[in-house]
Amino acid sequence: MSEIEFLSWVRGPGFQIATIIFIAGVFIRIAEILLLGRKANLAEAKGSEMSSGLRTVLTRSVPDKATFQRSAYTFTAGYIFHLGLFVTIFFYAPHILMFKDVIGISWPSLPSPVVDAFTVVSIIALLVILAHRMSNTVLRFLTTGEDYLVWLVTFLPFITGYIAFHRMWLTSPTLIAMHILSVELLIIVLPFTKLMHSFTFVLSRWYGGAISGYRGVKS
Amino acid sequence: MNNNEDKTLEEMTRDEKTHDERTLGETLRSQGISRRSFLKFCAATASMMAMSPAMIPKIARALEQARRPSVIWLSFQECTGCTESLTRSHAATIENLIFNTISLDYHHTLQAASGTAAEAAREAAMKENFGKYLLIVDGSIPLDNPGYSTIAGISNVDMLMETAAGAAAIIAVGTCASYGGIPHANPNPTGAVSVTDIIKDKPIINVPGCPPIPVVITGVLTQFLTFGSLPELDDIGRPMAFYGKSIHDRCYRRPFYDKGLFAETFDDEGAKKGWCLYKLGCKGPTTYNACATTKWNNGTSFPIESGHPCLGCSEPDFWDGGGFYKSISMPTENITKTVIYTAAGAAAAGVAIGAINRSRKNKAVASHSKTGIDDLSK
Repeated sequence: MSEIEFLSWVRGPGFQIATIIFIAGVFIRIAEILLLGRKANLAEAKGSEMSSGLRTVLTRSVPDKATFQRSAYTFTAGYIFHLGLFVTIFFYAPHILMFKDVIGISWPSLPSPVVDAFTVVSIIALLVILAHRMSNTVLRFLTTGEDYLVWLVTFLPFITGYIAFHRMWLTSPTLIAMHILSVELLIIVLPFTKLMHSFTFVLSRWYGGAISGYRGVKS
Repeated sequence: MNNNEDKTLEEMTRDEKTHDERTLGETLRSQGISRRSFLKFCAATASMMAMSPAMIPKIARALEQARRPSVIWLSFQECTGCTESLTRSHAATIENLIFNTISLDYHHTLQAASGTAAEAAREAAMKENFGKYLLIVDGSIPLDNPGYSTIAGISNVDMLMETAAGAAAIIAVGTCASYGGIPHANPNPTGAVSVTDIIKDKPIINVPGCPPIPVVITGVLTQFLTFGSLPELDDIGRPMAFYGKSIHDRCYRRPFYDKGLFAETFDDEGAKKGWCLYKLGCKGPTTYNACATTKWNNGTSFPIESGHPCLGCSEPDFWDGGGFYKSISMPTENITKTVIYTAAGAAAAGVAIGAINRSRKNKAVASHSKTGIDDLSK
């Protein structure tokens, strides 16, 4: 297989396979969660479930002081790379083109050097997170193989994207193909691991807020 | 007084030499090329091929003394665009003269002879220069049915095998000969393959492009004439000197790419300002060729300079890359349909699985029996 054939494969059949697994996985899991249902609450409602739920989806993005102080490392580095993921995925011109091709809408991009800077900072943040996870005794004790897997599949698109953008070591068709392949790996793994939180965070935060709303207390 | 008395012995000897016996230096001088412009050509060639300036006199000496090598040019499944490109390179250039000074013993399009005489010329050249001639091939070779493309009743693959046997080296000119090109494009109805797919025991240089840049051919010929060796090749057989950098790396519009300034359509403000053509499907980032530096039409411009994205014509399978106007970051197939169908199917599956889960839960609740104090005392 030549490198152009490799690139054509990841842009063609590879992308199709990964998209099918990703979409099917995410939809099935969300449908399952929604259909689990909840026990009817027989107590009288003291407030709105919906407004409290929606508010909590947003307010939980800000850590409370005590939690932040307890795990400052995880929060800071975690915040940085999540922001980096958001910017690099949604504001790099070639990525927006891909979204436009798939979902039909596009939006303005950020200059490539800005996205590049976010990538570098995110890579550092991810490395810090890994080092912290491996060096902290409690964290290491709690860590499973899946945690390392999800770290790896998140890290690979960043590092391959960075190398492809700067055209280091290999020729660019191979580098771009490797980057696309790493993203395909990420979206294949996503629905079946804790990476699913990229969708379920809305449900879980809403649920937390809704319980409090029903009881008429602050979530 | 006899005319010959006015001439030096060297000139007399030279005149007596047949055209074939003349060295390249003699031929160039007879065509009025000054030593200065000849050396300029040698210097340009050396820099183009990333050789040290110390090589310039060596190139000059070797070229001057080189005898016209016999060249056999075979055209298979091709459009003659490669020949057009080479012969229409500007007439006055030294490259062209160098090209004229090879002994092109067989070329369908250019030779006067036809039929049996033409084939006889090929056979004679092969016999006389066995093991020494250069074989240039343009066009791909059909393997499905030998009858798809024949010359004088000889199938392409047979003629290639026969002619390659005595070749010192083979130059595959154009993307068809190098990688199969357009005939090889999906669904490849003729079973077209490249020269490297068939010939395994000869040095082969791929000079891809649709068509390739003329100066690349003369550069490769110069190296062969000068050193009797082939240039350094990349992993798909292309001379590194010309195909070592991507179009994107050398593109004068690269700063716009880096700044995120793109032409969105062919006639918008960005296009008029000469911004990057990435969004219009430019394959510059994945294409390795010398267009951005050597340019076309005697250094006038190259496609991107004329406002059109690079098609990636010097890369294998460039016809199957998902469309010329589709950016590299876009999927090659229609993914929207896949997304919609998968989402619909998965939602249905999710509902079904959810329903099963629910009924299992209800069953479990129904069959749940409470443990009382009596059970514990058992």
